[in-house]
Amino acid sequence: MQYSKIFSAALFLTSSALALPAFANSTPPQPGEVVIQVVAKQFDFTPGSETPITLKKGQPVVLAVTTQDRKHGFFSEELGIDEVITPGQVNYIHLNPTQVGTFTFHCSVFCGSGHDGMQGTIIIQ
Amino acid sequence: MTKNDVDRRKFLKLVGLGGGVVFASGLGIYPRIAKAAANSAGLLRTQADSDFYFVQLSDTHLGFNNPLVNPNSDKTLQLAVDAVNGLDDQPDFIMFTGDLTDITDDDQERRKRLAAFQAIVKNLKCPMVKFMPGEHDASLDNGAAYKEFFGDTFYTFDYKGIHFVVVDNVSDPTGSIGTAQLAWLKTTLSKFGTNDPIVVFTHRPLFPLNPNWDWWTKDGQQAIDLLMPYTNVSVFYGHIHQNLTVATGHIQHYSARSTMFALPVSGSVPTKKQIPWDPAHPYAGLGYREVTAMPDDASYTNQEFPLQS
Repeated sequence: MQYSKIFSAALFLTSSALALPAFANSTPPQPGEVVIQVVAKQFDFTPGSETPITLKKGQPVVLAVTTQDRKHGFFSEELGIDEVITPGQVNYIHLNPTQVGTFTFHCSVFCGSGHDGMQGTIIIQ
Repeated sequence: MTKNDVDRRKFLKLVGLGGGVVFASGLGIYPRIAKAAANSAGLLRTQADSDFYFVQLSDTHLGFNNPLVNPNSDKTLQLAVDAVNGLDDQPDFIMFTGDLTDITDDDQERRKRLAAFQAIVKNLKCPMVKFMPGEHDASLDNGAAYKEFFGDTFYTFDYKGIHFVVVDNVSDPTGSIGTAQLAWLKTTLSKFGTNDPIVVFTHRPLFPLNPNWDWWTKDGQQAIDLLMPYTNVSVFYGHIHQNLTVATGHIQHYSARSTMFALPVSGSVPTKKQIPWDPAHPYAGLGYREVTAMPDDASYTNQEFPLQS
């Protein structure tokens, strides 16, 4: 069984169901996109960890993610997001959510003693 | 029904009478612990001169401190060392598959823990002990401290006809092997015959067991693709703190228990959390593994041993 092929396929299908894939690159916010600033640090996301990131179904969004300390990750299997948040730059994650729900994301770059608990919530209404 | 079919069924019955859990790979295999029983039943194959066994110890997490999870965390590594030293037959070598020490954000404390770990394992009787890092040892500083104590984070060695390849998927904190190391792996493998027995040691699973729990290697499939042309490959890894056997094609992947704390089965709970200590069953889920290697058959058997006080 090729686990990675199954995972990749699942990721693609999930992303497709949510009218994603999400993608991150240096492309700045585009007209019509709502910008949400997200700050990552050891060991939480703001917003995200204490207060969920709330999105509106059908409203294109870009998460402008920065880090206060070291490299972190922003990973959500359900939302098709797997990005490295690099210090010294703004990392843009573009989303176009079409399905309501509550989704968990977590830090995917090992960042220290609190890494395992570094996660957040995205709510699509 | 062939003679081999009959012999194999008798063998499996004998194994079930023994202690511990045995995972068998290949054909014509006889675990060390069932050797006497198999011999008395007339099933024992002539032991080859090349047969040997090694011990896999994993996720020792020296420095871990949470009494609710392990109230004896300062003694556990010594307990494991004593257990292996107490074996009637010493292994040919011992392999530690990472997370030798528990995570610390302090560079100096990391070095203290690596030094303390080294001081304890120096008491192992076995003359050959091999190491590799886990993310707790190496991810915050790209392996810098680990290398000061134990040297290369990825390497290869041959022993009694088996090629052992140690792959580092932790020094990069994204949980990747990386382009340079993959190129090294490709070059290394190119020197092996396609039917040569190959054992890969790594810390994280090479396949995507559970990416939400960081139980994968981002470019692990590339490593698996490099290994696929070779017909006799087994992978031994750690990271997930439990025994699990998974196949990717013909390659078997065996994960090891930790000697410090256990983790839940993948996806069985919403969040990955260390399993609390049970005073009624101390050290439950913790242990180490003996691997009997039979290079002539390119086969291995795993015998799991619980950690006990």
